[in-house]
Amino acid sequence: MSFLRAFFARPQTIAGFCIFFAIAVLALAAPLLFPRGPFTIMGMPLLPPGAPGFAAGSDVLGRDMVAELAYGARISLLVGIASTIFSIGIGGVLGAVAGYYGGVIDDVLMRVTEFFQIIPSFVLVMVLVAFLQPSLGSTVIGIALITWPQVARVVRGEFLALRQREFVAAARTLGLGDGRIIFGEILPNALAPIIVVATMMVGSAILTESALSFLGLGDPNLMSWGSMIGGSRSAMWVAWWTMVLPGLCIMVTVLALNFIGDGLNEALNPRRGR
Amino acid sequence: MRRLRYILSRLVKAGLVTIAVVLLSFFLIRLAPGDAATVMAGQAGYADEAYMKSLRTEYGLDQPLPVQLWKYMAAVAHGDLGTSYGRGQKVLDVILERLPNTLLLDVFALVVAMGGGIWLGGLAARRPGSAGDAAVSLGSMLFYAMPQFWLGMMLVLVFSAWLAWLPPFGIETLGADYTGLRRVADVAQHMILPGMTLALYYLANYARLTRVAMIETSEQDFVKTARAKGLTEGQVARRHILRNAMIPLISYAGLQASILVGGSVVVENVFSWPGLGTLAYQAVGARDNPLLLGILIVTAMLVCLFNLLTDIAYSIADPRVELT
Repeated sequence: MSFLRAFFARPQTIAGFCIFFAIAVLALAAPLLFPRGPFTIMGMPLLPPGAPGFAAGSDVLGRDMVAELAYGARISLLVGIASTIFSIGIGGVLGAVAGYYGGVIDDVLMRVTEFFQIIPSFVLVMVLVAFLQPSLGSTVIGIALITWPQVARVVRGEFLALRQREFVAAARTLGLGDGRIIFGEILPNALAPIIVVATMMVGSAILTESALSFLGLGDPNLMSWGSMIGGSRSAMWVAWWTMVLPGLCIMVTVLALNFIGDGLNEALNPRRGR
Repeated sequence: MRRLRYILSRLVKAGLVTIAVVLLSFFLIRLAPGDAATVMAGQAGYADEAYMKSLRTEYGLDQPLPVQLWKYMAAVAHGDLGTSYGRGQKVLDVILERLPNTLLLDVFALVVAMGGGIWLGGLAARRPGSAGDAAVSLGSMLFYAMPQFWLGMMLVLVFSAWLAWLPPFGIETLGADYTGLRRVADVAQHMILPGMTLALYYLANYARLTRVAMIETSEQDFVKTARAKGLTEGQVARRHILRNAMIPLISYAGLQASILVGGSVVVENVFSWPGLGTLAYQAVGARDNPLLLGILIVTAMLVCLFNLLTDIAYSIADPRVELT
């Protein structure tokens, strides 16, 4: 209860939560609301927003922008959440092992994460997706591969601090195995910062996905906000809405996620402050 | 002497990172379906077994993996990044031709972001809680949440399509053939929109960091001492407050480098800026794998170099830093 009160203490957090909830509902309901899918031509091309039957206008090919935006939300959220789950999985396990055991494993992992901080990760993800062929799967794998070191650093830091604590010593005295101590004892205590990082990562994964599909490195059979912007490049001079609206959707979604992340940070780590 | 050893150790680290990138690219090539022989046979429109086999022998693709790896590493060490499939030119030559344009844009963005951010942050620090202060926080929040390529297109929409103040794409006016100062002015004009697109988010962040650092530093005892010595306000601000406040800014610049290079890939494409970013995009489209990997290697080396420079700058700004 006190967690919820702390979480919803700030107006930004409430706004972020409501916006995110609305976008998630839109994404889930897209096939029900627009059963003909986002690719069907519904009328004249480049109708301005507000034209009869086209609340958000139509695009270069005469497709309904509202349907496109709704289906785009599905891809953004799916890629954002799926790549974060993979990233947390890899980074969490490696960070936990490195922080718990220390020594050589820790050294190697730290060098690897430094390496990932240095190489231009967007170029790497571009190369990966191009080589694996652009698809939903390769986008998710690519983004997870460049983001897991971030998680590993956070988790390692938590484990380094927590492994010295009494409850870990107590667990060891009880004769618990390393696996039980890592996943059953330390991990639950390290969850708070992981959750905060994860929320922020969903936002940055959405941005990366949009850049990839803007460049034409998205799944060609799926409608995404980034590919909508990429497809409207020739039309933006005469039909601003084809470019402005999908960008606003991306921005609002990422902003909402960042507000939620800030709110979680305040609620879960009250002492750390900002 | 200590600084020299420090620089040497950083150089070794940069070298190790480069080797790691080369290793990574070697295995990335093998991720792509087919090998160089299938690509070339596809281009020749001719793929019988004997021809493929002769191609594989010619390019050493029939040798065991460790031998191929050794040959690849040795070639890269000699600056041979292979031949671009699409262009038939040496990859390194293609890259070096475009590199100055990317460097120009990135350095411009970095200077605008740091210079503008430090200036704005200094202003905000003098009057905490002012409207400028709020604008800086709002800016860094919004610019962080919007895709950079979209910000670029919005700037084009406003400043090229509606106001017609600035050219929307390219590096210079096509067909104008300006020379001398006219040409410099022309390029500068073309650089404003892509440069600002890259810089705006960092500008807002530098302003935020500068503000916090300036406020924290100006409360320190040594600032009081400096004032008590009778130094003017300007001397105190520049020599004592700013120098100490620079320390977190420099480490932020180091972190920024790899993101800046990645960002310029997308932004260059929005503005058809003839740099490494548009080249990378064309390489993806043409399935020009050697070129793509060459760009990955060169950009990684660039970031290493930039990190080396920030490390050195850091050790100058803060002589207390552990030089290990």
